[in-house]
Amino acid sequence: MLGQLFSQTGRLSRFIVRRDRVRLSVWILSIAFVSFLTASSFTGLYQSDEERQAIAETMMNPAMTAMMGPGYGIDNYHEGAMMAHQMLLFTAIAVAIMSILLVTRHTRTDEEEGRIELVRSLPTGRLSTLAATLIVLFGANVVLSLVTGFGLSVMGIESMDLNGSLLYGFSLGAIGLFFAAVTAFFSQLSENGRGTVGLSFAFLGVAYLLRAVGDVSSEAVAMISPLGWILRTEVYVTNVWWPIGLTVGAAIIVIGFALYLNVRRDLGAGLLPSRAGKKQASPFLTSPFGLAFRLQRTAFISWAIGMFVLGATYGSVLGDLESFFENNEMMREMLAPDSDISMTEQYLTMLMAVISMICTIPPLMMMLKLKGEEKKQRLDHLLTRVVSRNRLMSSYFTLAILSGVIMPFLALVGLWSAAAGVMEEPLAFSVLFDALVVYVPAIFILIGLGAFFIGLFPKWTGVVWGYLGYSFFVVYLGAILQLPEWLGQLSPFGHVPQVPVEDMNVFALVILFMVALVLSVGGFIGYRRRDLA
Amino acid sequence: MSILQVKDVTKRFGTFNALKGVTMEVNKGEVYGFIGPNGAGKSTTIRILLGILQASGGEATIFGKDVWKEAVEIHKHIAYVPGDVNLWPNLTGGEVIDLLLKLRGVNPSISRREELIERFKLDPSKKCRTYSKGNRQKVALVAAFSSDSDLYILDEPTSGLDPLMERVFQECVLEAKAQGKSVLLSSHILSEVERLCDRVAIIREGEIIEAGTLDELRHLTRTILTVKTKEPLTLNGVKGVHDVEEKDGELVFHVDTEELDRVMKLVSEKGIVKLESAPPTLEDLFMRHYEGAEG
Repeated sequence: MLGQLFSQTGRLSRFIVRRDRVRLSVWILSIAFVSFLTASSFTGLYQSDEERQAIAETMMNPAMTAMMGPGYGIDNYHEGAMMAHQMLLFTAIAVAIMSILLVTRHTRTDEEEGRIELVRSLPTGRLSTLAATLIVLFGANVVLSLVTGFGLSVMGIESMDLNGSLLYGFSLGAIGLFFAAVTAFFSQLSENGRGTVGLSFAFLGVAYLLRAVGDVSSEAVAMISPLGWILRTEVYVTNVWWPIGLTVGAAIIVIGFALYLNVRRDLGAGLLPSRAGKKQASPFLTSPFGLAFRLQRTAFISWAIGMFVLGATYGSVLGDLESFFENNEMMREMLAPDSDISMTEQYLTMLMAVISMICTIPPLMMMLKLKGEEKKQRLDHLLTRVVSRNRLMSSYFTLAILSGVIMPFLALVGLWSAAAGVMEEPLAFSVLFDALVVYVPAIFILIGLGAFFIGLFPKWTGVVWGYLGYSFFVVYLGAILQLPEWLGQLSPFGHVPQVPVEDMNVFALVILFMVALVLSVGGFIGYRRRDLA
Repeated sequence: MSILQVKDVTKRFGTFNALKGVTMEVNKGEVYGFIGPNGAGKSTTIRILLGILQASGGEATIFGKDVWKEAVEIHKHIAYVPGDVNLWPNLTGGEVIDLLLKLRGVNPSISRREELIERFKLDPSKKCRTYSKGNRQKVALVAAFSSDSDLYILDEPTSGLDPLMERVFQECVLEAKAQGKSVLLSSHILSEVERLCDRVAIIREGEIIEAGTLDELRHLTRTILTVKTKEPLTLNGVKGVHDVEEKDGELVFHVDTEELDRVMKLVSEKGIVKLESAPPTLEDLFMRHYEGAEG
């Protein structure tokens, strides 16, 4: 009986590898490559031990801890310690995202599209697809661990030995496996691929936030989150291996649950109940804009809540940050000789850049949904009725622009209200407002770029995501890695004046806004002229 | 009066010529059949008519308006049902029907909507993701037929329906026709085309190879005759006679329509005991064109 459940798992695993050989290689190699690149740029970044210790001091504040996790080996902040402190958490999140997307693709999405039905009609076991997916993900994460681990160790950086590098690699792999397991579990609950991805990302977000709060205030809270466990490996400092075992063990338990639920349920069914729907459409739904909103309502609301929580999380550490700077005379002098600008404000500019880029994700999703609808041939229903292409595109465009304004605003309110609660001298709302609102034109540029690609190069819309990823890379890591300035200026986010540290440069904002406008108009014109799929 | 006119329309996808000059015309109050195998260009033609694809050359008008430039204006008065209906999985059937009706810019008749939901036996409270192919098609059909359109463009609309529902569909088409509406029906189900259509066009590899009323088309083809004569009859080598078979003393053969008169005279000389004639079905017509093309 048990054998029958898993019949042909091996063959299906090979089939998944065959389907995803490019996808898997790209994920693994790009994650490993970014790790190598960062590690090599850490060497030679600081000339002397004094410089390294100085930077270590700046890293040791609650805001940085909330963002990147606790720093270990601060008294000897060598390249290895830097790598583990500044890169491990973010790389682990990238690996988690890889696992979430790949598992969903081979479980719920395939099931939703009816492909699993085809496979199940053949002599394959009921659990074979899920088991094969997990086997492939296990393999992929092991390969990722080994490539990263050995790769880092052969780079010849003194503080990064083989043991530490392998631990670094396996920390990533363990998180990858854990999130593969979590996604496999959620794919049993939700009836469709989008829901599975949504639940899994929500889980990742909660894990990140719990860890952030825990790392700052309570070790016990941090230990609820698997991301918290993995940081306790103290890679390159003391090299603790038990968190790997803990994470893998937890993954195996979750996989057990997922398999149990999978064997219990019917194909195509989800364990979360589905209710009977409305027989008639509400008046709001019956317009292209209403439809565009309705299709993305859940995503919109979840992102809105997420952005508020994100803002509040960052805001809640501002109080600790303030008292930290208060008590650290040396650092104040070193980093802010110009006493007009408080450390908190300096930190704020970087925070706003990060928040604004995260806030770009939902509007971009809402704009690119238009392309997704075309691909699924559902636009025909609208365009063969009294809906012009301009009206159709502007529905999605308007929704994207709205969320491009609403999302940063919610993050701002979250940030401000949490900061007001914890700071002795709360920042004025207007200061925060100015610091974030300057990024809105840059968000619009990304939306405009989305429209531009949909109108003129519909096959290449994925480029826009790559560009956002690039922006994040150069703006966030650019400061740490001291990348040349022109790299940052290839991104619209690199042109935004860093209010309140810099002056408000209205001219730059107007230029950014004009670029967004030109891209959007180009997109609308192109969309009116081209063939639809 | 012509409702839809297509003149020498071509469409290239890269280097591939999907349509090499399609010409056809649909008149008011007419059901026009559009048949051809997969990949012949039926859906491409229809998508050009709907303003979703832009023709590379030629001219296509509906209600005298250019299908690309005035698409929105035209769409106020047409209804379209695709063969492969993709719906939004998280909306219910009822919501989609209302949405599709509202987007035509007119207030739909609620009673007509309810009547059609009843006739097609659709449960509008279910989410579209739970619908089978046939049910998704019903959603599109209900939305199309509860609109008061002047032209219905139907692209293989019955490919997922059961025979009972197919009958309901045919009733709907005939009702529309009785009200003076026009229908462009692309279909694989030749019996359906035969029953519903006044005129038919056959498309092959991007070209219309035959068009006209069924009678006209039949004229171009062969009649099947079954005869029994008093004296033995040999037809081998006679001009216009094909596929002669002998069964229980009866001869079954195909005759080219233009040779029918001459062949009948030959047969009647032998003294007719039994004579049965069957008009060629659309399927015969269709097969003849395609087999001829391959040979």
